[in-house]
Amino acid sequence: MKFIGSGHGACPGCGLMIAVKNVLKALEGKCFVANPTGCLEIVSSQYGRNAWGVPYIHSTFENAAAVAAGIDAALRALGRKDEGKAIVLAGDGATADIGIGCLSGAMDRNHDIIYICLDNEAYQNTGHQQSALTPPGEATKTTPVGKVLPGKVGKKKDMVAFALAHGCPYVATSSCAIPADIRRKVKKAASIEGFSYIQIHCTCVTGWGVDGSKSIEVARLAIETGLYPIVEFVDGKLVTVRKIKEKKPVIEYLKMQRRFSHLFEHPRGKEILDILQKMANENIAKYNL
Amino acid sequence: MKKVVRGFYAVAYSVKLCRPSVICAYPITPQTEIVENLAQMYADGELENCEYITAESEFGAASILVGASAAGARVFTATCSQGLILMSEILFNAAGLRLPIVLVNTNRALSAPLSIWNDHQDFMVLRDAGIIQVHVENNQEVHDMIPQAYKIAEDKKVLLPFMICMDGFKLTHAYEPIDLLEQETVDSFLPPYKPEYYLTTKKPIAMGCYAPPPFYMEFRVAMQNAMLRAKEIMRKVFREWAEVSGRDWGEHLAVDYPNSRIMVVAMGSIVAPLRKVVKELRSEGLDVGLVKIRTYRPFPVEDVQKELGSSEKIIVLDRSVSFGYEGPLSIDLKAALFGRSVEFYSYIVGLGGRDTSKDFLASIIRNVAHNKEKPGWAFKGYKEFEEVIP
Repeated sequence: MKFIGSGHGACPGCGLMIAVKNVLKALEGKCFVANPTGCLEIVSSQYGRNAWGVPYIHSTFENAAAVAAGIDAALRALGRKDEGKAIVLAGDGATADIGIGCLSGAMDRNHDIIYICLDNEAYQNTGHQQSALTPPGEATKTTPVGKVLPGKVGKKKDMVAFALAHGCPYVATSSCAIPADIRRKVKKAASIEGFSYIQIHCTCVTGWGVDGSKSIEVARLAIETGLYPIVEFVDGKLVTVRKIKEKKPVIEYLKMQRRFSHLFEHPRGKEILDILQKMANENIAKYNL
Repeated sequence: MKKVVRGFYAVAYSVKLCRPSVICAYPITPQTEIVENLAQMYADGELENCEYITAESEFGAASILVGASAAGARVFTATCSQGLILMSEILFNAAGLRLPIVLVNTNRALSAPLSIWNDHQDFMVLRDAGIIQVHVENNQEVHDMIPQAYKIAEDKKVLLPFMICMDGFKLTHAYEPIDLLEQETVDSFLPPYKPEYYLTTKKPIAMGCYAPPPFYMEFRVAMQNAMLRAKEIMRKVFREWAEVSGRDWGEHLAVDYPNSRIMVVAMGSIVAPLRKVVKELRSEGLDVGLVKIRTYRPFPVEDVQKELGSSEKIIVLDRSVSFGYEGPLSIDLKAALFGRSVEFYSYIVGLGGRDTSKDFLASIIRNVAHNKEKPGWAFKGYKEFEEVIP
């Protein structure tokens, strides 16, 4: 059996599935998946249609980090660590909003687990509501565009800083646009004892409003504009940065997606566009992209 | 070997003898010293092949045990009150996942107002969760119940979480001479946990799949079947324990003076003073007996019907409230005895640590016996006050 699917029900072009397949491939199936409620869970784990070829558990929305910590403790106590690592495959809402308490606890105790945040920047399973990882200006069902408001007003929570502040031995970002980078980083995480946090930018074709055939292209533009810096930290030290050969303006990324289309018409659109370009510029300067 | 120990230690030492693989908890009064004792044993290297984790919350602790139990580990936690209801989402989930997690609840009131003292409101929240609930009267009983809890919960015909409820402070903090179990006794009684299905890369399975309407209901029916099967399995284990330990705690109920005209029904530590009160009242000539509810879920309907079905008057002492109705134990007993011609005198007493002295208990029973009370329900033992309605 494959590590995941056939038989999963993800949309054509779904970034999650690209990421998940590469994570499992890198681990050669030697892992225990704890998966909180969300898109990935819904498309892969219906009773009678389980698409997983690795041991898999879904408990609740907000506790996957703790469930994985428990699996790790059991493997240790039972002398079964050779079977593989406990990993979490969680969405951005499960990570940065509702599950952040369990995540903080697991990071703090430094369990030997790999936590993958599949960041598609909103609650997509429930129809596109904003999470703490939704970027400013994104139109979601709970941050809709109105006569006054231009979509989300606020910022994207910095989960890399959160992980680094907890002293996690391995912290990295990646993207569904660069599967080889995902595989390399997951292998690296697997070789490190302790808590690894990897945040992978994943296109959501329905939520973002892009055609499935453009899934990789749009995710690559997030990298090339500097909006999604691809970085890697070992023991708190920055060890690699994915350089951008030809830096692109953020509007090239934004204009491809329905979720940002209002920014080019709304009275406050320019203000948000400036904020997003400033975010990209700051990332470029901070990491010397 | 008899030793004078506190309730905390009676629990912790018994847990140790059951050889758990993962212990995880979060401190809360009056539970904390249970896990402090276990942490000390862990620090001293006395818990072999065991991981002890202090979680970031009770919610986290229950979640960690879900992962550990799913991976095939025998697990333990203890909590109460706000901690129990913070765990509740995960405990409901663990029951549905059919994980035999064993926990001790040190019964405590719920906020607001904040109260660290004992009553029975907390575990009532978990009454309908699919978790086996057994109530103990003293610290020897809780010490004895822990190996039995694992044996029952881990039985493949059951596979449900098991909650042992002991009254906070009244038992946890009490020093009592406890006949501490021997390791060999527990080892011969309780086999290692070897689940048929668990998370392993050698034979991958998926747990916690979601079930759309064509499938969901069957899972819930199966949980109910397991609960009902547990009644018989528990009886068997209780009897086996009586032989192994020489201590017979009864079955789902423990009855003093069966078939008396007036039967008093209660659960938890209040049973101990009640036993003395009933004995004294009998010497005054009152025809009164006592039923201690040991198993609260699965509710022992048949046992209740057998022991209480032909009484004239039943006095129920509840220590929690189903607000807008009455005491939950009373409600359950009335349902079990539906259609019988028995009068119920249901009293809610001892909320938030309010004292329930022997004199107080005796006066309740005397008043019923001497026809000074009408059938019905009431709070007893509170001060008359003027409610402020702004």
